[in-house]
Amino acid sequence: MASGFIVKRNQYYDSVFLMGVNSRLSSIDGVRKTAVLMASEKNKELLQGFDIACPELDAAQPNDLVVAVMAETDQIVEDVLANVDHAFIAPEGKERRNSVPTLEDALAQQPQANIVSISIPGEYAAREAHKALDAGLHAFIFSSNVSLEDELALKQKAVENNLLVMGPDCGTSLIGGTGLGFTNVVRQGSIGAIGASGTGLQEFTSQIHHAGSGISHAIGIGTNDVSDKIGGLTAFTTLIALEANQATEVIAFVSKPVGPKMLEKFENKFKACKKPIVCCFLGAKELPPGHTNLVYTRTIDDAVIAALKYTDQNTLPVSVLSLTLEEKDRIEQEKGKWDKKQKYLRGIFAGGTFCYQSQQILKDEGIAVYSDSPLAPEYKLADPENSFSHSIVDMGSEYFTVGKPHPMIDGFLRKQRIKTESLDPQVAVIFLDFILGYNASPDPVGELIDAIEQAKRNAHARNAHLTFVASVCGTELDPQDMDLQIQLLEDQGVIVFTSNAKAARFCANLVSKERDQ
Amino acid sequence: MDIKRKIEIANEDTTNRLIQGDPVLVDIAPAGEVIPGLEDRMVLHAGPPIEWDRMCGAMQGAVIGMVLYEEWANTAEEARKLLENGDIKLAPNHHHQAVGPMAGTITVSAPVWVVENKAFGNRAFTRQVEGRQQFGDYSDEALDGLRKWRDVWAPTLTIALEKLGGLELKPIIIQALQMGDEVHNRHHAASSLFANKMAVGLALADLPKDAVLPTLYYITNHHLIFLGLAMASGKAISDAAHGIEYSTIVTAMARNGTEFGIRVSGLEDMWFTAPAPKIKGLFLTGYNDDDAGLDMGDSAITETVGWGGFVIGGAPGILSLVGGTPDEAIAYTREMRKITTAVHPTYLMPALGFVGASMGIDIRKVVQTNISPIIDTGMAHKDPGHPIIGAGLVRAPMDCFKQALIAFGNKYNGR
Amino acid sequence: MSENFEELLSNPLVVINLGLIKFSESLEKQSVEVLQVDWSPPADGDQEMIDLLDALL
Repeated sequence: MASGFIVKRNQYYDSVFLMGVNSRLSSIDGVRKTAVLMASEKNKELLQGFDIACPELDAAQPNDLVVAVMAETDQIVEDVLANVDHAFIAPEGKERRNSVPTLEDALAQQPQANIVSISIPGEYAAREAHKALDAGLHAFIFSSNVSLEDELALKQKAVENNLLVMGPDCGTSLIGGTGLGFTNVVRQGSIGAIGASGTGLQEFTSQIHHAGSGISHAIGIGTNDVSDKIGGLTAFTTLIALEANQATEVIAFVSKPVGPKMLEKFENKFKACKKPIVCCFLGAKELPPGHTNLVYTRTIDDAVIAALKYTDQNTLPVSVLSLTLEEKDRIEQEKGKWDKKQKYLRGIFAGGTFCYQSQQILKDEGIAVYSDSPLAPEYKLADPENSFSHSIVDMGSEYFTVGKPHPMIDGFLRKQRIKTESLDPQVAVIFLDFILGYNASPDPVGELIDAIEQAKRNAHARNAHLTFVASVCGTELDPQDMDLQIQLLEDQGVIVFTSNAKAARFCANLVSKERDQ
Repeated sequence: MDIKRKIEIANEDTTNRLIQGDPVLVDIAPAGEVIPGLEDRMVLHAGPPIEWDRMCGAMQGAVIGMVLYEEWANTAEEARKLLENGDIKLAPNHHHQAVGPMAGTITVSAPVWVVENKAFGNRAFTRQVEGRQQFGDYSDEALDGLRKWRDVWAPTLTIALEKLGGLELKPIIIQALQMGDEVHNRHHAASSLFANKMAVGLALADLPKDAVLPTLYYITNHHLIFLGLAMASGKAISDAAHGIEYSTIVTAMARNGTEFGIRVSGLEDMWFTAPAPKIKGLFLTGYNDDDAGLDMGDSAITETVGWGGFVIGGAPGILSLVGGTPDEAIAYTREMRKITTAVHPTYLMPALGFVGASMGIDIRKVVQTNISPIIDTGMAHKDPGHPIIGAGLVRAPMDCFKQALIAFGNKYNGR
Repeated sequence: MSENFEELLSNPLVVINLGLIKFSESLEKQSVEVLQVDWSPPADGDQEMIDLLDALL
């Protein structure tokens, strides 16, 4: 095995762009692995497996580009490194007509700007966000790895200046129909939403759309906003904003369960709100009682149904969690094809909220699920790379995505995992989620479909049958063709749901204990 | 008022002064008669201040050449002794409203171009541009070029200029930029335009043929004659923008072959220096990378006001001299927009859709973006006694800008 | 107090996008006015310089 690298001084690229380059390089024949990254201290650690440590690498700075290659022969390494520039030529026009090097320049050039969207490395995000707030702009902060101290300071500044800070670690916001970050295209309507989780908001807004209703605004607040330390500063600001907003008739709140201190705060704020509130605490053990204008739920689907009841478009919800007769038949058919060893469910997820919600639904059905992000510590996978018993992994978590593209953008990580699971004779069901919308992969299903087909063939070769279940989060208005995406899956025999909760319920019935007898 | 606001106001003022600069050639005269503070037995040199023993080979050679030219010594050895003993004063051009190409040496009897910035009334001075002594060649042949300038070309041109009543340089620069010059190392267009004007002056003047013909021959064959005028123009323009409180804009970039130095408008006469960088470029036949001295000369005053490397994208012809591709040249020019405060309204580049030259180098933007100014420049030998050996591209050292930013913070932050 | 928010919620967004170009492109597809900042780490990560720039820029 041969390896080599080059350092290019002062050539900064964003991480998503570099991922594209990485995938172009790693697809070259004879190449085992490649790393294309900016030489920050954190990134440099990722080069350890390349056997290329040297002073030149140590000296490389965060603005320096490093390309490392490991391949079968020295010649291949040499060729790849010599022609590396070709991989940097983006498929479409590289030169942007309208771009500036710094936020200061942007503020000077675009005085009409009312919001800044920040997706730079977390260590620098707070600095830029402060500048934006000082200039009177609202902020959408996609960057993660921002310290809680920095987050608190930003949000306090925002509160003082009547500004909105969405994030850090905010994946989604829909403001008056405009999507920031990862968003689905949904009908406009009267339901407002506030969400601590990006995929949770995507699922909620998509479901509302499927039910024939629409969204006024869906505001992401960031993963840590509901922590005791931050105290829900953005959540409460948003609540006030949506309460005053004429377009909004009902407000939904989607979050993982919060601590007792925060729950009390939320209760008080919710009770004081003049508009009806639907609060979904995903997987909460117990829900507070609620009243006429305040409903608590444990799943996104229930939150959708509850929210619809407050609107005049109170049509029948499309997604009811109990299984239809047809679906029950399908379960029996699938089970009938399994061999004696097959019994386990393996979820390979891109969306963190889906991973969480699915575990909760399975748990409600009495099925214990292991995970890298488990509901309870005793169900933590010892090694995220190796599933155990029933498992669902969140492949969008930091463990999997450091230096690699998020599975919502690129299917590479999940492809590998599907193969691994298909070789385990005890696996009966592989459960996937697909997320459509702006900024997600242009063809999420297409990226995995070969792997699904291969996995089915692997099982078939040992006279077994793998059942694939998938949930698709998206709408027919998304840039990806949703109908075609679903068709592709169904052509491969994948059982598809447009609700993750429903898909999880289906899976629970597939692997429930009674079948073992 | 908030310091950031004060800086913005100061920079706007500085930028406007740079834009309004209006250089006019008003005279050609012996340096001792016009340059303030230039004494007998004194040699002005390029770049930040430097003592004899720290000067690089090329600059030492050039200084020896001036001592011989002024006949303060009869041999190179004698000249060397005088310099080692400190019998000859050394001072930077920039401390005397002057600039000089490469070693940039100026002494009392050498005639200099006198350029006045009509918008603000200040004057700047530059010596003649030639290909030998200023690169460190002190042979008698090399010094002969200086003598011809002193005895024939300069006095003749002085009379012709008088007939013309001075010569506006801004229109020549504007035209030259649209004719493929970058006004630092490529002056084919500017020199021709200049020669056209002076030819008329020479014809108008009642001068003997043996003065007119060699002078006409000199100005019509010297492709770099305008470099001196461009440098004096740059100096006259940037001096008018120097000394503005709270301004973070660079008003000089200069190199002495040992150190690269910058000055900043709001930081008085302080220099911020770093070791002179090595130039990447092409070599004349017979020379290679091992022969090259480090970056030298006051000519980066042209980049300081937005020409040279800053407009190289509009002057692809220069690439045959300094190397690189047209795409790279355009990328350099676009990149300079990121570290400057404005684009000039009349210094335009047709090749880039008539966009204006980026100008007003802001030390804050340089440090923030980690992009330092790009300079295209000639190359001298590392040892004394050689003519020009090549040309290429070089970046101003980032450390100069970081030091300047620290000094700026010390002076103004928390005032 | 909520006027600021109502202005945000009821007017078209005008976005400055710092970082991922994808985000700019998706906003352009939605016909949103967006100015891309091709951001790179300030002062090559030199903390002393970053602190100074915070005060001066």
